[in-house]
Amino acid sequence: MSDVAISAVDLTKKFGDFTAVDHVSFEVKKGEIMGLLGPNGAGKSTAIRMLSTLSLPSGGKATVAGFDVVKQDAKVREHVGLVSEKMIMYDELTARENLKLFGKLYDIPTDVLDKRIGKLLEFVRMEQWADHRIDTFSTGMKQRINVIRALVNQPEILFLDEPTLGLDPQSTAEIRELVRRINIENGTTIILTTHMMIEADMLCDRIGIMDHGKIVALDTSANLKKRITGTDTTLFEFEIPNLTQGIVSSVKSLGSVKSVTQDDPTHVKVSSAGADSFDVLIDTFRKDGAQIRTVRNLEPTLEDVFLHITGHEVRDSVSKPSTPAHRGGPNGFRPKNRVR
Amino acid sequence: MGVERVLRHSAWICWKDLLEFSRSKMRVVMLVLMPLFMMVMVGFIFPTGSTIKDQPVALANQDLAVNNVSMGDAFVAQLNAVNAETGILKLSNATGFDDIKAMIQDGKISGGIIIPSNFTADILAGKQGTITIMTDQSNPQTSMMVETVLTEVVDQLGTQIAMTNLNRTYNISLAEAPAVLNPYSVHQTGIVPGNPNYFEFVAPGIMAMVVMMSLMTGLPHAISYEKDMGTLDGMLVSPTSRWAIILGKVLAQTTRGLIQGFIILLLSVVLFGVVIHGSILLVVLLIFLTVFGFVGLGILITSFADKEETATMVMMTLMFPMMFLSGVFFPIQQMPSFMQTLANFLPLTYAASAMRKVMVLGAGMGAILTDVLVLFVFGAVMLTIAVPMFKRAMNR
Repeated sequence: MSDVAISAVDLTKKFGDFTAVDHVSFEVKKGEIMGLLGPNGAGKSTAIRMLSTLSLPSGGKATVAGFDVVKQDAKVREHVGLVSEKMIMYDELTARENLKLFGKLYDIPTDVLDKRIGKLLEFVRMEQWADHRIDTFSTGMKQRINVIRALVNQPEILFLDEPTLGLDPQSTAEIRELVRRINIENGTTIILTTHMMIEADMLCDRIGIMDHGKIVALDTSANLKKRITGTDTTLFEFEIPNLTQGIVSSVKSLGSVKSVTQDDPTHVKVSSAGADSFDVLIDTFRKDGAQIRTVRNLEPTLEDVFLHITGHEVRDSVSKPSTPAHRGGPNGFRPKNRVR
Repeated sequence: MGVERVLRHSAWICWKDLLEFSRSKMRVVMLVLMPLFMMVMVGFIFPTGSTIKDQPVALANQDLAVNNVSMGDAFVAQLNAVNAETGILKLSNATGFDDIKAMIQDGKISGGIIIPSNFTADILAGKQGTITIMTDQSNPQTSMMVETVLTEVVDQLGTQIAMTNLNRTYNISLAEAPAVLNPYSVHQTGIVPGNPNYFEFVAPGIMAMVVMMSLMTGLPHAISYEKDMGTLDGMLVSPTSRWAIILGKVLAQTTRGLIQGFIILLLSVVLFGVVIHGSILLVVLLIFLTVFGFVGLGILITSFADKEETATMVMMTLMFPMMFLSGVFFPIQQMPSFMQTLANFLPLTYAASAMRKVMVLGAGMGAILTDVLVLFVFGAVMLTIAVPMFKRAMNR
């Protein structure tokens, strides 16, 4: 068996004239958490829907768990779980009843299913709520049940479409922790979409940046950031109240320094290479009599990466062509409220 | 995908739907209340002979007595006697045509009776005595009833006077007189015992209609709702077949329709005095046939309606003509002929008609064969169209 869990080649989805997903190609290795990062309408959800067999690709090819998503859709379905943007749960039913229904659709024998439901509830510490109705739960509790519902068939691959959307900070942290545990404890391959840079950074082994239906970059978070700063280059910001042109010039003349930018009379940004670059910089400043008040290590954020790669900020995509209604409209980059 | 597996999955989906339904107290209450309201509403909304009471009618007796004999007074006495029994009219006095006209225009009365001044004189002279009945043309229903009642009273009075005359003049006994006056008499008998009431007419039709509604509205609603909520994705992403989903929904809706159907049956018998003359088994069979007849249409609407709102609009557009043209509430025979033709194209017409024949007239399978065939063929044709449409609609 190959170690590839998901492979997409030129995967495309068109809605009329609008191309939601545009010749997207990527691979996800088994046991990996891969993130699709991008604004609303970038095509993340549509990509997930195609991979989970909910939407038929207009072009290209994709295999999930070794099965073709078009020709072997039934096989694919046995091996995947889906947490979609809208919660897949029936409010009037209890947590256990919801899990039971979906388990039964996977033909899991009752005794096995009952045990598994018990374990899943334990996994998210919801045992005592098993026989309470979903509509009595808080959004965070609902989402925990929603996530384990997607695990009821013990999927090899789990699709998470904006799993923390509309959750409070505490629930968000809980769900992120849960995603990590699912990945580590069960070895589940996870594809997660998000518009939150932090979430992608925290959870994903690799991040695919999506914009206008295309994956414009796909790499680890560290490697993506290096695109801005280079392999061993670091970005510092010094605050020096007695900054002079002389100090700036002597820093500029250092061999390890790649660039120096002065934003205002007291702040200077220095991009410098080499493991000892910080020591060298400090020594130079001290020698010139500079009084350093603060130093900041400017780690490039994914936001910077997104800007660097797409040429626009994440928010800019708002004005672009609208997306089909089923994934929520192009309502900008602010967090949407979770439906239900 | 094996048939057994589809059935098993659909049973679970049906279980889920019914469980969901039973958890909502309001929905359960409405399940019972809806047919009850429907029965009460249609049972009482239409005027029948017995429901018209105390209709204000003015009487102008202008008759001049001849030799102290006033046929007009006799007529009024007779009218009062009949009215005391039936209570249909509430009589008041008026002076004449203009007075009555003004009173009708004011909306004080719904009709008037004028006995002319030469009434007695004419009768004594061997001529016909003429009584004028005035009606309120703005209210055809009531005016028809008043007219009918008054005509009948006039008829009865006339017959009585004629019998007395025959007895006096030709010495024919009062017992024989009716045969001389009216050589033919009409005797009315139904083919089943008991007096028919409107509920007997309407209950079978409502049963067929409720079953139709549960499939035509319940089914598209149930699926488009889950589509809108996103829960349908959960089923679609599982290895279950699309057919298990639709079958599960059909089972749940059918169960609901059946429960409602039986509530109507129960209410009709217990509260509204409907007597079922046919076989209950055949009634149940007909309910299932109605389900089969409409399931295709339900699936077809589901396929077209991508959103709950669209589904509701499509359903309403199709449902209302069906409800009113299929002879559920009004007999088709009372409709203008082009409407009757239209009614013949509606499957509910046949479902309601068959149900009525069995329940009210105690008909057997032979008598409803045409209805059964039409329903069956309609269901089969609809399914043939709906199945590929549904496949296409669900195909991602």
